Amino acid sequence: MNFKQVEPTRREALTLAAVAGLAAFLAPKMLLADEAAVAAEIKKLYGDKKMESGKIKLDVPEIAENGLVVPINIDVESPMTDSDYVKAVHVFADGNPLPGVVSYRFTPACGKASASTRMRLAQTQNIVCIAEMSNGNLHMAKSNVKVTIGGCGG
Amino acid sequence: MATKPTPRVRVPATAKPGELIEIKTLISHEMESGQRKDSAGKIVPRKIINKFTAAFNGKTVFEADWNPAISANPYQSFFYKASESGEFTFTWKDDDGSDYTATNKLTVA
Repeated sequence: MNFKQVEPTRREALTLAAVAGLAAFLAPKMLLADEAAVAAEIKKLYGDKKMESGKIKLDVPEIAENGLVVPINIDVESPMTDSDYVKAVHVFADGNPLPGVVSYRFTPACGKASASTRMRLAQTQNIVCIAEMSNGNLHMAKSNVKVTIGGCGG
Repeated sequence: MATKPTPRVRVPATAKPGELIEIKTLISHEMESGQRKDSAGKIVPRKIINKFTAAFNGKTVFEADWNPAISANPYQSFFYKASESGEFTFTWKDDDGSDYTATNKLTVA
């Protein structure tokens, strides 16, 4: 039998078990939202409607050093005329205690469907952005943000 | 924060017809998320500004519903296509029922 082949596998398994145990031990006590919570929120708003990609420029930092203040800029491509404009934009975070971040309602008077704000992120997670067009079409964009220091204060 | 929230808004004073202007707003507010615990281990009750509205000559132009995930001293920027002279009214609605407002004149020429 070739031990040299077996041993690393065993070591890997042990390391994996140790890491998993440690992660469970260190897991935050507060209840965090997850992808399912975000999906549920979206379903509440739009049911099972089809999501298209594109049109949304979701600008978030790749790495956020401070989770308390993470800049976010959303830019949705649209002519913003009375017949064709962006009605609403919703932003969700799947690793925060609550999935919702912000909801915007635009009007053709805005001229441009763009908005910036600053949000809190508890941990490294995905930001999901949904744009609802005036004709009912939905667009979705997703982006991952790595958070060095969580902004939950708990 | 004991002081009353003070809104600060930056709107250009003049614009050409059809010009796209960026409006930047900031208000001092702690945006207590309702997730934090105090030194006694009790949850600090939520107190945030949950809605921001921008209206031009009384007509709503832009609205934002804020959740506890919005940072303290919330910043919000958005765009407006200038068409006529008038006045912006910005309203921030607090969880405790109070409203904070700011007004800004825009001259289109």
